[in-house]
Amino acid sequence: MNNEEYFEAKPKDNLKIANENLKSRLLVGTGKFANNQVMNKAIASSESQVVTMALRRIDFDSEQENVLNFIPKGCILLPNTSGARTADEAVRIAKIARAAGCGNWIKIEVIKDNKYLLPDNYETIKATEILAKDGFVVLPYMSPDLMVAKQLVEVGAAAVMPLGAPIGSNQGLQTKEMIRILINEISLPIIVDAGIGKPSQAAEAMELGAAAVLVNTAIATAKNPVLMAEAFRDAVKAGRTAYLAGPGATKDYADASSPLTGFLNNQSE
Amino acid sequence: MDFYRMSQQYDELNIERYLNSIDDQDVINAINKQHLNELDYLALLSPSADKYLEQMAKRARELTIQHFGRTIGLYTPLYLADYCVNQCAYCSFNSQQQFKRNKLTLQDLEKEAGAISKTGLKHILVLTGESRSKTPVSYIKECIVLLKKYFSSISIEIYPLDVEEYKELVDVGVDGLTIYQEVYNEEIYRQVHLKGPKKDYHYRLNAAERGCVAGMRSVNIGTLLGLGDFYSEAFYTGLHANYLQTKYIDVEVGVSLPRLRPFKGAFQPRTTVSDQQLVQMMLALRLYLPRVGINISTRETAKLRDAILPLGVTKMSAGVSTKVGGHSGNEEASNQFDISDERSVEEMMEMIYQNNYQPVLKDWHLFR
Repeated sequence: MNNEEYFEAKPKDNLKIANENLKSRLLVGTGKFANNQVMNKAIASSESQVVTMALRRIDFDSEQENVLNFIPKGCILLPNTSGARTADEAVRIAKIARAAGCGNWIKIEVIKDNKYLLPDNYETIKATEILAKDGFVVLPYMSPDLMVAKQLVEVGAAAVMPLGAPIGSNQGLQTKEMIRILINEISLPIIVDAGIGKPSQAAEAMELGAAAVLVNTAIATAKNPVLMAEAFRDAVKAGRTAYLAGPGATKDYADASSPLTGFLNNQSE
Repeated sequence: MDFYRMSQQYDELNIERYLNSIDDQDVINAINKQHLNELDYLALLSPSADKYLEQMAKRARELTIQHFGRTIGLYTPLYLADYCVNQCAYCSFNSQQQFKRNKLTLQDLEKEAGAISKTGLKHILVLTGESRSKTPVSYIKECIVLLKKYFSSISIEIYPLDVEEYKELVDVGVDGLTIYQEVYNEEIYRQVHLKGPKKDYHYRLNAAERGCVAGMRSVNIGTLLGLGDFYSEAFYTGLHANYLQTKYIDVEVGVSLPRLRPFKGAFQPRTTVSDQQLVQMMLALRLYLPRVGINISTRETAKLRDAILPLGVTKMSAGVSTKVGGHSGNEEASNQFDISDERSVEEMMEMIYQNNYQPVLKDWHLFR
């Protein structure tokens, strides 16, 4: 079987969010790039199909500065509520985004803490409930907590987006054990959002069983964002493939290929 | 506990003696720490840190890109009026200065807003002299309502207000407050503020905090570099920013680093803050408070602003006029001070792009 035949034979492994079947499990952000042209190339190179951007930063009046004009065609827009400090503000931003033609996907970010940018889970649940009832596809960004994730499922979230580490920190999966619990216990896709700084960390999240990862700072602030986007694309694919392949169990002791007690079997022969 | 009482715990600290006790290892340790305390910050401000500016700059650049990306926010000041009842020794709007004072009518303001809006800027800083009778809060509110049609974010730099008054302005669409203490040293503050309500050191000092309480999304503070001892003023500015950032976690705290500029009058700065000191303060601030906004205005030369762009700055003013009606061609009004960098918004954007950064004209929108 050659490569092509193998991939054709491999069952489709799409990520389903709401009614969308996504081939790519890498979501990307649009902030912090040195210019919109580089951002455009990086998104293209990432092969991501879902692109998030802060509604507050979109300048609808300016052709040149409007970030929407630089998002590759065919991508699903995921406006986020960055800047919202309460559920009410997040809801207002979501509705403006929809009215402005950004579709009905929304990433909830309710952040009151400007020092560490940690989300307010309580307000996030409230906003998710209101917007889900209003027909939005709601992807809430949250501090990993099982009870909160369960509530988000109950109130109608389309996926749950726990942070791996504080936004922009590039510290990787600092919350790994909590994310592992969410992956095991929550039926919705778990998308690791924030903190991933290197492709290897994205691969780690995917090997763990995350449905997808969202990356912005690590790509936008790399020396070569376009190349870094490509690296993340490959890492996410590799991590996912490894997860599907089912890695062998980790053990605290060596499993010798010539077992110490092998002579017992030999004796019985 | 307000900032004044918090800062009193440092009254016992002899800053000059402490600075002299800082050695190279203290500086190196501070540069390499993840979370710096106040004394680490002071170590980075010290003369011993002079020879470590390059290492500080590298760290500052990394931290700034990590937290803010390769972006520089742009805004411009809009002067509503130059009437003032204070006698600040260092300011052209000093009530003793004889010149024809101006105040924008709403019609004038519309012209001014239209002219700025054409440049693409969405963020403005509205300024007045300190005259409650000529520019009462009610007048400022009317102006803000008009300006909201043109801009997505409006900050104010006006006389200090009570919490309720700040709230009134927040309610009509103001989202940012800039208020400089001018000088943290109380004795010097008394000496340079000769007459007028601005003499009240404590009312001014607590204004930033009142803005936070009133719901301002961003609060920007600063000391006017040159009025007091550089080290001490830089130290207390950092302490103040940290105090606000820690107590009001939902507020974006920013720091400006204005140096005294030529103006109408004969006041001579007590000290001259060199380019190196300005840069050192900016780098030390970035390492101490990685998420604080840092603003460098057109008081500085184009050459210096270009050079420090990658070192920690997050905001710059552009297309600046410091006179009432200056954006829509009023040539008769007086400047509050002379600016150094006279580049247009377009020229600033070009420079920022040339440096591989992105000028951000719209970073915030108050959705109501």
